[in-house]
Amino acid sequence: MSAVTAFRERAWEIAAAVPDPEVPVLTIEDLGVLRSVRVLDGRTEVVITPTYSGCPAMDTIRDDLVLALTAAGFDDVEVSITLSPAWTTDWMTDDGKRKLQEYGIAPPVRRAAGAGPIPVQLGVKCPRCGSLHTREVAHFGSTSCKALYECLSCLEPFDHFKAH
Amino acid sequence: MIDEDVHGDVTVDALELAEELTGSAGADADTEVAAYALRLGDDSLILSQQLGEWIAHAPELEEDVALGNIALDLLGHARSLLHYAGSADGRSEDDLAYWRDEPEFRCAWLFEQPNGDFAHTIARQLVASVYLYELYDRLQASADPTLAAIAAKSVKEVEYHRDHAVQWTLRLAGGTDESRRRMMRAVTDTWPYVDELFRDDELTMSLSARGAAVSPSTLRAPFDAVIAAVFAQSGFEVPGGQPSSAGGRQGKHTARLGFILAEMQVLVRQHPGAVW
Repeated sequence: MSAVTAFRERAWEIAAAVPDPEVPVLTIEDLGVLRSVRVLDGRTEVVITPTYSGCPAMDTIRDDLVLALTAAGFDDVEVSITLSPAWTTDWMTDDGKRKLQEYGIAPPVRRAAGAGPIPVQLGVKCPRCGSLHTREVAHFGSTSCKALYECLSCLEPFDHFKAH
Repeated sequence: MIDEDVHGDVTVDALELAEELTGSAGADADTEVAAYALRLGDDSLILSQQLGEWIAHAPELEEDVALGNIALDLLGHARSLLHYAGSADGRSEDDLAYWRDEPEFRCAWLFEQPNGDFAHTIARQLVASVYLYELYDRLQASADPTLAAIAAKSVKEVEYHRDHAVQWTLRLAGGTDESRRRMMRAVTDTWPYVDELFRDDELTMSLSARGAAVSPSTLRAPFDAVIAAVFAQSGFEVPGGQPSSAGGRQGKHTARLGFILAEMQVLVRQHPGAVW
C-alpha cells in the first residue's frame, strides 16, 4: 500500500467517525452523507452531500470534519458540498438502519413502486415493539428527514426516517 | 470503501475558510443562466421567508412544524440557486439575499402574495408546489449540469410539499361549510397569479433553445392536469377571470415585497459584516 493510499484511508476513517449532530448514534458514513476523501499535496479534501437541501446540520458537520481531521494532523482541510448525485435513503448503510432502529427511530421503508401523485408507503414498523399497526401523526417531524408516527399496539409515539 | 472520486463534479458550495474558492469551486454560471437561476432562487427565497411567519401561528402544532420544514427545504433550494446565480459576477448568496432592493428581485407575484388565512397559504402552496414539481422534474434534464443537479435534489422535496398542499386542499374542501367557503375564496384570490408562472420571454426562449431552461409555457398543461384532478375531488371549479398584470420577472412588484424584504434584511443591514 502506498503512503498516499494509507494517508487517504486514515483520513477516511477519521471523517467516517464524525457523528451526525441530529442523530448522534449515526456517523456521517452510516447516513451516506460522506461522499469522498482525498489527500493531495498536503491538502485534505472532503466532499459531503446534504440529506435535505436546507439541512442546517451541514454547517456543523463541516466544522466537525475540519476539527477532527486537523486534530489528527491533517493540514489544510477543505470541505465542499455536492448535490450530485442526489442523496437518497438508499445511501444509508444497513448498519446505519440497524443503529437507527435501536435508537428508537424507524428506518426508511422503500416506497411502493408506481406510486402516483400521492405516495403510498409500505407499513412502518414500530421501533419499540415491532408492530406494523402504526399510523402517521404528522407528515413532518422534528427535523427535515423525519415524520412523526405513533404505534397503535404499544401506543408509543416515534420518529420515522422518511424514505426519500 | 475508498474511491478516488465517487462524487459528481457539481459543487454548489464551498467552505468559508477557503474564500478564494467561492464561485470557482463549481462551474460559474454565464449571464443568461445566472438571470434564470436568480428568478428561481427568488421564488423559493420569498416563499420560504413568508412560510416562516407561520411558525407558532399555524392552526396546530404539527402545522408549525410542517410549514417550517417546507420553508427550510425552500431556503435550501434558494441558497443553491442564488449561490449559482452569484457565481456569474462574484456575488455571494448573502449579497443577493440581503443587499438587493425590490426592483432587483425577480420573483413572480404568486410568491409575494400575503399569507392570508390558512386557506390562502394552502392555495398558494398548492399552486407553487404543483408548478415547482413540474418545473424541477423537467429541469433535471437541463444541459446545464448545476441547474440539473439542483433540480434533481429539489424535485424530491417539492413532491412532498405538493402532497402536503393536496391533502390540505382536500381536507378543507371537504371539511365544514366554513372551511370549504374559505378554501374556495382562497383559490379565487390566488388564481390571478397563476398565469405569470407560465409566460415565456426572451430569456427563457433563449435558454430553452439551448436546453438549459424549461420553457415556462410547456409546464401549463401538466400543471392544469394535476390541478384538475385535485379540484375534481374537491368539487371546485378552476376560477375564470383576468390574470394579474404581474411583472415580477422584470422587477416590478407589489408593495408587499417591500415589507417582506424589510423584515428579512433589517438585521444584516443594521450590522453590516456581522456573522453568527
